[in-house]
Amino acid sequence: MSNGIDAGAEVTARPRERGEWLMRHGKWFIILPPMLYLLVFFLIPFAFALKISFADTALRMPPFTDILSISPDWHIHLTLSLGNFQYLFTDEVYGLSYIYSIRTAFFSTLICLAVGYPMAYAIARTSKSTQSVLLLIIILPFWTSFLLRVYALEGIIRETGLLNSALLWLGIIHQPLKIMHTTLAVYLGIIYSYLPFMVLPLFATLEKLEYPLLEAAADLGSPPWRTFLDVTLPLSVPGIIAGSMLVFIPAVGEFVIPTLLGGPDNLMIGRVLWDEFFGNRDWPVASAVAVAFLVLLVGPIALYQHYSTKQLEA
Amino acid sequence: MGDRPSPLLISILCIGIAILYLPILVLIGYSFNASALVSVWGGFSTSWYRQLLHNDQILDAAWLSLEIGVVVSTGAVILGTLAAIALVRFSRFRGRLLLTGMVNAPLVMPEIITGITQLLLFISMLHVLGWPHRGFTTIAIAHIAFCTAYVTITVQSRLASADRSLEEAAMDLGSGPVRAFLDTTLPIIMPALASSWLLSFTLSLDDLVISSFVSGPGASTLPMVIFSKVKLGVSPDINALASLIICLVGVCVLVAGYLMRRTERQRLLDAQLAER
Repeated sequence: MSNGIDAGAEVTARPRERGEWLMRHGKWFIILPPMLYLLVFFLIPFAFALKISFADTALRMPPFTDILSISPDWHIHLTLSLGNFQYLFTDEVYGLSYIYSIRTAFFSTLICLAVGYPMAYAIARTSKSTQSVLLLIIILPFWTSFLLRVYALEGIIRETGLLNSALLWLGIIHQPLKIMHTTLAVYLGIIYSYLPFMVLPLFATLEKLEYPLLEAAADLGSPPWRTFLDVTLPLSVPGIIAGSMLVFIPAVGEFVIPTLLGGPDNLMIGRVLWDEFFGNRDWPVASAVAVAFLVLLVGPIALYQHYSTKQLEA
Repeated sequence: MGDRPSPLLISILCIGIAILYLPILVLIGYSFNASALVSVWGGFSTSWYRQLLHNDQILDAAWLSLEIGVVVSTGAVILGTLAAIALVRFSRFRGRLLLTGMVNAPLVMPEIITGITQLLLFISMLHVLGWPHRGFTTIAIAHIAFCTAYVTITVQSRLASADRSLEEAAMDLGSGPVRAFLDTTLPIIMPALASSWLLSFTLSLDDLVISSFVSGPGASTLPMVIFSKVKLGVSPDINALASLIICLVGVCVLVAGYLMRRTERQRLLDAQLAER
């Protein structure tokens, strides 16, 4: 094109060439701002947490020692302290809170799945216009403040709350049930808060299900429950995994729910981390707890990324 | 769309939706309770709402949260849109996988981890660079990071489905690629930008955990003030405040949903016209 055989082609070609230059190099003006921002303020902070988890506590600001130091004769000293990680094994509160958090998150995820699956299935089978209304109804609490929704739940389950008043009035119970500050309250809180996270990805897969496939199975004499087990359920596995991870991962790290609804024995990692930071001010140990927690979550996060991208491609 | 859902499915759906909404409705109901005892109904009253107007602590926190929300959503929409353009339009560039990962990770990362790691960064930065001081700046920076992820994902899906023929036509007529994008595609994705601005605003307004970590003395956002009060139990003025926030967020989400649906309908209409 640059030979310019006729003048007209060259005139129209010039902006194109400038465009190609922009396409080749100018794209970095678009890529770099978000890339650098997320790199500096999201990814690099993890490196800082890792670094500080190997430091020792010190009475200064910031309250930890430098792991890298340069001596007067220009030798670089790297002092790694594994004490914080050893400490996680010696004090059993950390191990117990890890196990407790994972168990709580696991069972809450199962219950969310049991409630959320039929909901998503029912929404997927309504007409398109009903679907968008129902989805909006599910999404609305998804965006509403966690803190306020947990607080609202307290109004239902506390001793003088709506649930106990209703049950007493109906004569089903004669003493108010004690739900607040128990394990049951933590479960109720997690299920109530995270149910939309389960329903939305499930709906996304169930909506794409090919109904002719189900009809074919029915025509061939398969009873509805067989069709469900043989066709619907296997095809909705990506949605089940994406939804479950979307509930499980944040539920493991939940802080607000066990603090407001749970009792003193509902020690989840989120609460331990918070206390270590704001109560004990032991930042190196808190960083070690966070790093160990993150290592634990790498598997589930990878699983989620894998199935959610798969779902996008489908 | 197949046969109608069975009565059993419909009843589970209704119960599920009831579970999601009942606590919020009860909360709003109690916020109009004249009695200071939260368990006794003392008649209808708006006194708790009027009391909020005289509570300086809450008003200051609300103002701080709103200011942060505006800064955050504007910043996040700019960065998130750029990231979406990068991911949709440039199929190959160095670091594409990294950017994809950094956009998706904040959605699943437990807030408490994000909060702690960002605090550690800010402390080290302050130590070395003398900036940023903990408070408004650090909260805004931290919120922009996770809101950018939400904006990117919203805009990305809209941009991927946008018709490029107009943009190509503009470039054939001599516009540069930036000009052509601004003139043709930007108006098409504008509603998606507006709705992700609103969603970022609600996310920033709602955040407690990350704000608590990265904030400094003297800068308390609305959720931080509410949390410190809520720890002590249910109180009627918090009922009123919570109802107000839930309604504000609800309006934001409904408007955002409306904008998204309208563009979706417009797109289907355009597609039908194009086929004809």
